[in-house]
Formats: sequence, structure tokens, C-alpha cells
Amino acid sequence: MTPWNRARAMALGLRTRLLLAFALLGVTTTAVVASGSYFQARTVILQQAQDAAVASLTDQLTKVYPILGLPPSPEELNVLAQRLSDRDSYALVHYRDRWASGVDGREPLTPELRKEVAGGQIAWQRVDRGGHPVLLIGTQLRIERSDGTSVESGVEVYSVRSLASEQRSIDRLATLAWVTGGLSLILAVLLALLAARGVLRPVRELGRAARRLGEGDLSTRLTVRGVDELADVTRTFNDTAATIERQVGELRRMEADARRFVADVSHELRTPLAAMTAVTDVLDEEADRLPGDAGQAARLVSQETQSLTQLVNDLIEVSRFDSGTARLALDDVDVAAAVTATLRLRGWTDRVRTELPPGVVARLDPRRLDVIVANLVGNAFRHGAEPVSVRLRAEPEWFTIEVADEGPGLDPEVLPHVFDRFYKADTARTRSEGSGLGLAIAWENARLHRHGGQSGSLVASNASRGGAVFTLRLPRTAAETTAAGGVR
Amino acid sequence: MPQVLLIEDHQTVRDGLQLALTRQGHTVDAVATGEQGLERMRASAPDVVVLDLMLPGMDGFEVCRRIRQRGDLPIIMLTARNDDMDVVAGLEAGADDYVVKPVQARVLEARIRAVLRRTGGDSRRPGPERPGLHQHGALTIDRAALVVSKGGVPVSLAPTELRLLLELAYTPGQVLSRQQLLEAVWEHGYLGDSRLVDACVQRLRAKIEDEPSTPVFIQTVRGFGYRFGPL
Repeated sequence: MTPWNRARAMALGLRTRLLLAFALLGVTTTAVVASGSYFQARTVILQQAQDAAVASLTDQLTKVYPILGLPPSPEELNVLAQRLSDRDSYALVHYRDRWASGVDGREPLTPELRKEVAGGQIAWQRVDRGGHPVLLIGTQLRIERSDGTSVESGVEVYSVRSLASEQRSIDRLATLAWVTGGLSLILAVLLALLAARGVLRPVRELGRAARRLGEGDLSTRLTVRGVDELADVTRTFNDTAATIERQVGELRRMEADARRFVADVSHELRTPLAAMTAVTDVLDEEADRLPGDAGQAARLVSQETQSLTQLVNDLIEVSRFDSGTARLALDDVDVAAAVTATLRLRGWTDRVRTELPPGVVARLDPRRLDVIVANLVGNAFRHGAEPVSVRLRAEPEWFTIEVADEGPGLDPEVLPHVFDRFYKADTARTRSEGSGLGLAIAWENARLHRHGGQSGSLVASNASRGGAVFTLRLPRTAAETTAAGGVR
Repeated sequence: MPQVLLIEDHQTVRDGLQLALTRQGHTVDAVATGEQGLERMRASAPDVVVLDLMLPGMDGFEVCRRIRQRGDLPIIMLTARNDDMDVVAGLEAGADDYVVKPVQARVLEARIRAVLRRTGGDSRRPGPERPGLHQHGALTIDRAALVVSKGGVPVSLAPTELRLLLELAYTPGQVLSRQQLLEAVWEHGYLGDSRLVDACVQRLRAKIEDEPSTPVFIQTVRGFGYRFGPL
């Protein structure tokens, strides 16, 4: 998972998604309700103001009815305008090209309005004048004929009414809508948090339990609460954990049985082998004196008894690693001297190129070091090609021993398996060349040396110019504690 | 002709070892249980005991302790497994050396010869010799008579303990590593079990030190080995 993906997954976590959903729901509902009622109230308020203004104008015009003869004098127009003006509005009166009171009413009036009024209609329009909403109402005075009909007089009366108080009411409504929206958003978030907690707590508990299970605590169980889907999941988790625990327990028991069987068999084999081994020297001494086949048979029995002893010893060693009973017998050792002794003991001194700086002192199990080095060098002779080289390198806390040969190196397919038990790269290899446990034991021996939470290691690789390289890395001060048996 | 008392419960192993050791020139007295072995010791006087630890009835550790109570007869343990607990317990019970079964006759034979050389009876005993009386504080070591006494009272030491003390006291104040001591006293090649040295030092301290937990004569030099004195 890339950091970006992780960030996105975290951003869209369950809690976040719930919060977003609740907030969105709250905001949407509030927006729809608040804006709906806002617009409706606004329309009603404006409509009422408008209707009232039109009614008031018509009413007042009725009062000044009938008008004097045409054309009206400027005084008449002024009086008319004065009469029609009140606290909230003022009137503009127009006849042909004259405006009452000398006020030029063309400025606030729109051409559409004037055109409609000129056509004899009562017309109104809301306009915005410098940020203030204004209602314009216009009509023509009519002249009543003697026969009861009336005609347009050409006297246009306009009322310019401020809608400031209505606008204030509408503004209050808008503020109220915003406040309601904000409050409902907060409420939605709180509800979301509450719901998220309710859902997330069991989910989080489930997550923790799953993690514990993954870490190997197979006895992990959860308390089932309620009867919802989460309770179902919890119950399923518990059932699964129980099944896993049972099966793993069964497998472990079987594995332990198998290991104990190997250990028991090995121990049982020791007694007859002890008797046979005791007399192999007798066989070896007598073999030369025995005629033909008998001598050959005696030598074969002697040799194979030794191989079998080696195999059984190796099996017991391996079972000791498996059961965790392998212990380190620590001693302070000059590593170079120890390696030299290992080579000398087996007569390899002249065949190995060494690079062993003196003075690398380490606290380790010298016999286990001997087993590892002897195994690596022995393998190099058997499977690689000479010259075989052994290089010691020291670090402050650790040291490495590198055993390299000039052979063809290890097949890439073989490389991951070289430390497996009884793994044989070459199926044609004869058994007498080793028990097949040598490298597995060397690997376990390396791991048994621990320091500061880290184990020693044995790694196989190929040199760039060919040839196998085994690198042993051990701490210079191995811990006294015994490591649990390595399970491979 | 060294006389070997072999205590081993498995008949085939007993027969095999008896056969091989007899061919090497030892007189071998082989018995199946610890009780029989202790009884046989009263009748004859073996030079060395080869003792299996896993015995029916009285186990090898108990047999070992009883032999030690009676004297300084060298004991070589035969252990079926080289499990650390067995080896350590056997060495604490007073064994001088051990071999792990299955063992080749010549390996066991070499150990028998080495342990016999540590007793006064073998003239080919190698190692540092400087006959005469040597006084180290309250400790008197008579290198000619191979007698150790403390404050005038003779101290009874098993052969291996005596050899170890002689080796250490030969160069007072000088540190000897466990491997050096293994080669000099036990005649083990490289990679002997250093626990042999540790166990023997413990037994030696119990006999010659006033306070074994704060030793004066045989001091541990951590990380290096052991040192006699300085007093």
C-alpha cells in the first residue's frame, strides 16, 4: 500500500464516513427546509407589502376623484402628489411632459413600467435603488364621462415605496435559517459521533481481538453483546477462533508427538549402536587378517556403524534444538585460534587459505563453533572446489566468518533449501558423505547464539565470480540464556 | 595390568566394552547394577570405574557419590545422552571424566589411561614436577609424596583434583585458561568440555578453601580462566 493509498483509506475511515454522511444529511435537510420556508416567507411578505401598497394607492386615488378638467394645472399636479405621499412613500405625478413639484420621476422609473402605465394598466415592479429594495406602482387617473364610462386622463401617478422594513424581516428570516442550519449541523455531527462510537467500539474490539489472534494468542474471545449484525460477526469470530485453536492445538500435539517419536527412536537406537560401536575397533583390527569377503564385510559393518552413529547423534542434536533443550556452554575464545584448531584437528590446515586476524575474542560455545566451521569447510571440499578460503572479520559487537570455495556455486533453486533437513541438492549423492543434517545443525547452532534480541545467523550465497559463500555471523558476547528451539 | 570395573546395565553394551577393553590389555570386571558394583569393589580393588549413569535401581549419580565417600577411585561416566544436566550432575557427584555413548573402545581406553596417569600409580605421568615441600599460606603441597595438607591436617583429594591443584599451584599468580587445564590435566585435545574444569574446581574449593564462595587459593578470573593465588 502506497502512502497515498493509506492516507486515503484513513481519510475515509468508518468514523469519517459516518461523520460525513450524517453531516451531509443534516445540512441537506436543513438547507431544503430552511431555504424552502425562507423563500415562501419572503414571497408572502413581499406579496403582502405589494398588495397593501396597491390597495392603499387605489384607495387614495378614489379619494381625490374626480379630477378637474384637462389639462391639469401644475398646482393641481403638485397637490395631487402631496396628497398621495405619506411616511413610507412618495408620489410622482406626470402629465404629458410635466412632472409635479418639478421632480423628474424618470430616474427611478423603468421604461417597461411606464409603457404599461401609458397603456392604461395598473403596474408594479420591485427595483433595487442603491442597495435598497423599492416598490414602484403606477396607474393613470381616469375621467368619468357623463354616460358612466371612464377614459384615461393621461395623468400618470406613480408611488415609490421603500421596502426596507420588509427587507429587514426577510434578513432576519435568512439569519434564522443560517442559525438553524448551523445548529442542525452540530447536532448531526454529535449524533454521528454517538453512532460512530456505538458502531466503532465493537468494530475496534473486533480488530484488536483479530490482531491478538494473528499474533498467536489463540485463546482470544469476545463477549457477544446484543443481537445485531455486529453481534453475529463477533459470534462468528469466536467460533472461528475456537476452531483455529482446536486445530492448531491438534497440529502442535501431532508435531510434538512426531518429534518425540524421532527423539525416542534415536535414543532407542543408541543402545544397540553403543554395543556395535564398542567393537568396531575389534572389527577394524581383525579385518586385515580375515580372508577376502569376510574382511571386506567387517570393514563395511564398521564404517556403516560409524555413519549410523553420526546420523543418530545428529538426529538427537536436532531433536534437542526442536524441544528447546539445547544449551550453550559459553567460554571466552580467541576466534582465530579456535578456527585454526578446527582445521588442524581435521588435517585441513594446508588445504585452506585463511585470513584470520588475531585478537578477536568472543564469548561463545566453542564446540558449537567447531561444529559449524567444520561442517562449512567440509562441505566446501565435498561440493565445491579448492582452494577453499576462510575469512574472519570483526565488528564491535559481532564477528563474521566467511567460508568460500571456487566451485560452480549453488544452484539458485537449491539456495533457499540448503539449510533444510535431509535436503540433498544432488540426488545421486551417496549417503556416506553425511547425515544430511549437517547444515541444518550448523544453522541452528548459529541461531542459538543470541545477543541483544538478535540471533546469530548462517547465510548461503554465491560469490559474483562464482563459488558458494557461507557467511556465519555470531555475537562477540553471546547471552547466557538458552534460546527456544528453532522451528523451521 | 589395570583393573577396570565396568557398571553397565545393557548386556550387549557391557559385553562389547568388556570385549574391546580386554583386548586392549585391561582386566575387566563387568556388572549390571550399581549395587553389584559397590559390592564388587569390596571384594577386589579396581584401578578405575567406568560407570553408566542410567541404571536400574540405584542410579549412577548415587553410585558415584558412594564411591567418592569411600575414597579417591577414578570414575569415568558413561552417559547415554550428553544432556547438560546429566553431565553436570555427574561431575558434581564426583566423576573425573565422562564419555558419551556410543563410544569407540579406543576413545574410552584413552580416557582410562589419562585418568590412571593422574593417580600416583602411573610412572609415565607427565606435567610439571618440582619435587619437594611447597608452602602456600596454610596449604602445604608435598610434590614428592603427592600429599596436600592444610594447617597440618592432610586433605584427601581425588587424583584429578590433586593434578589440577598441582597444575595451578605450579605457577602461582598466573592465569591458566580452561582449555590449557583440560589439555594438561585431562589430556583432552582441543574442544574438551570446560565444565569438567569448573566442576573439579568446585570440588577442590570445597576441600581446601575456608570459604568456598570467596576462594583464596583458586580464584576465578572471569573471561580468562583460573589462577592460584596470589596469597
